[in-house]
Amino acid sequence: MVGTIEHRDVFLSKIANQLGRSPKTEMVRPTWQYQPQDRILKETTKDELVKVLTEQCKNIHTDIVISNTANLPADLQKIVENYGGKSVITWKDERFKSYGLSSLMTEQWPQANIKLYEWDSEQPAENIRQAEKANIGITISEITLAESGTAVLFSSKDKGRSVSFLPENSIILIPKSTIVPRMTQAARLISDKVRTGEPIASCINFITGPSNSADIEMILIVGVHGPMKATYIVVEDQ
Amino acid sequence: MAMKTSDDRFNHRVSKELENTFMRGAVSSAQERFQTRRLKQADELGHWEEWRSHGEEIRKHVLENLDYYLYQLSENVSKRGGHVYFAQTAKEATDYIQSIAKKNKATKIVKSKSMVTEEIDLNAALEELGCEVIETDLGEYILQVADHEPPSHIVAPALHKNKEQIRDIFKEKQGYAKSEKPEEIALYVREKLRNEYLTADIGITGCNFAIAESGSITLVTNEGNADLVTALPKTQITVMGMERIVPTFEEMEVLVSLLTRSAVGQKLTSYITTLTGIKDEGDTDGPEEFHLVIVDNGRSDILGSEFQPILQCIRCAACVNACPVYRHVGGHSYGSIYSGPVGVVLSPLLGGYEDFKELPYASTLCGACTDACPVKIPLHQLIHRHRQVIVENEGKAPVSEKLLMKAFGLGASSPTLYKMATKMASPAMAPFTKDQKISNGPGPLKAWTEARDFPAPNKDNFREWFKHRQKGGDE
Repeated sequence: MVGTIEHRDVFLSKIANQLGRSPKTEMVRPTWQYQPQDRILKETTKDELVKVLTEQCKNIHTDIVISNTANLPADLQKIVENYGGKSVITWKDERFKSYGLSSLMTEQWPQANIKLYEWDSEQPAENIRQAEKANIGITISEITLAESGTAVLFSSKDKGRSVSFLPENSIILIPKSTIVPRMTQAARLISDKVRTGEPIASCINFITGPSNSADIEMILIVGVHGPMKATYIVVEDQ
Repeated sequence: MAMKTSDDRFNHRVSKELENTFMRGAVSSAQERFQTRRLKQADELGHWEEWRSHGEEIRKHVLENLDYYLYQLSENVSKRGGHVYFAQTAKEATDYIQSIAKKNKATKIVKSKSMVTEEIDLNAALEELGCEVIETDLGEYILQVADHEPPSHIVAPALHKNKEQIRDIFKEKQGYAKSEKPEEIALYVREKLRNEYLTADIGITGCNFAIAESGSITLVTNEGNADLVTALPKTQITVMGMERIVPTFEEMEVLVSLLTRSAVGQKLTSYITTLTGIKDEGDTDGPEEFHLVIVDNGRSDILGSEFQPILQCIRCAACVNACPVYRHVGGHSYGSIYSGPVGVVLSPLLGGYEDFKELPYASTLCGACTDACPVKIPLHQLIHRHRQVIVENEGKAPVSEKLLMKAFGLGASSPTLYKMATKMASPAMAPFTKDQKISNGPGPLKAWTEARDFPAPNKDNFREWFKHRQKGGDE
């Protein structure tokens, strides 16, 4: 479906007129005189980036666990228990299986009375109901920014937006290969997609730790409208 | 509320605010914390001046080519199923949004923090239709429950209230029964608002940066409220000031890096969200209907004028946090939703000199705002230019300088005033200096110079004074 555009011509004509020229409909991409962003964490190895990310997690009230595919089920289980178990919502995502989490999620959790709900594109209302009452939401980062401690999530029909912010606790799996120095690299990756005409996700979330606010007397409160607590699990996937 | 937040006279507002001892303490401690964090982050980032220059060149380029980028943005929003409405006036914007609310038979609307919706008085327009409008940013929600009090700071709207006052507001209005602890208040609001997100018909947001190449909008928050506002209701309306746009994700990233550091001293806030059009096919959350309302409301008149640089603003409030006058008088004294140096420049341009002609005098022209600005807006020069325009038009300054200096709490007759004012004013005083004497000084100095010429200030600088004062010095 294509949306409508109303009152554009007169609006843009006034702008052009104020700028003393006729409206522009073509532009060459500008070359910038300054590019300070390229210097940051330049030529840093993945292992060094993991260290930067780990250090930054201290500033953003986020726990971080360094794991690998062999230890992942046990590490995840520990975190889920720490958060009090009860109920977990996840995306419908093949990667959970490839990380060897199937038996944990579909066999061990039901036995331990931990309820698992997998996002289901056929069940719109149920998805929200489940996400709202889930104790824990588990998602996977597509691009991870070491400098700021940020996970980047792309929404899709199987990867609902609400999984990362409705449950009280958030666990984000960070494939080690997704770690880049900073937002600069993520912006370029997304911009490249746009330039080649590949559609980008309708919602891209850059998430940096749990929700927080300092609106009352500038006192930091961790846990406001989104999750109250967050853990990242870095998974060695290469 | 509209842009103008008070019908009281400027001098009365200032005098009243100066008696609010909690507010004054809160403002000065907030200023210090915001400043310290900002400087720490700038330092950690490194090459801050280069970052500022890059921010400036991006913002300047966008303003010079604004019609092109808005064209591209609207094409791309439309391709992703969104509707774009260009509104030249506040009324056109609110009429359009009212029509969407009516068409959707909306009764409940949730909102995330947005200055432009305050500017166009959107809540009143929607309440007129019988809609319940709920602000979801914690600070904004507190003010809304407190009988729609105006914000006193662009980033921390409820800065002037202490936790006991906030507890009492919720107690009186909603029967809140817990303590004044911020965590308990926040938890109460979290639970209270959860249900509102889930049952709202429309979600309304502002826009930190629209991205022309993809037709996306970017929202910057810490609380996560904007994500709930946009993921849960069926209809999303985003209102943006027409200048809040960047060419691509790459420039968005640079400006977000500058914004979060300058506003709150964070590398990134907890949630940076880019939303593109309506939800994708098969998605079960996200809006089915999306409207982008692009608002002019006086901005195009600033384009091409000597005040054009104010449109570079990314609303970080670093200038507010650096301003010695804001420190003394607080946000409500400005009588505008835009307070501090940015408010001094912007309010008369958007709201007219008639209502805001005193504001350019709420400044010592010390230039601390200009130094703090991450996109290099020459704020104090624009403030000075406002004064020239006002005097050119009216033949005289609109406020009694004597009352004003008294009102600012900057002292009336003690030598402290002169010492302080001259220390702050050194570079800014250049236009008034003749033969190393000041003969027609601005602001607090005017009453002095009317009686006698003073020796020109030595080249001391403001930060030295500010630093000394923070340590409890009395000069």
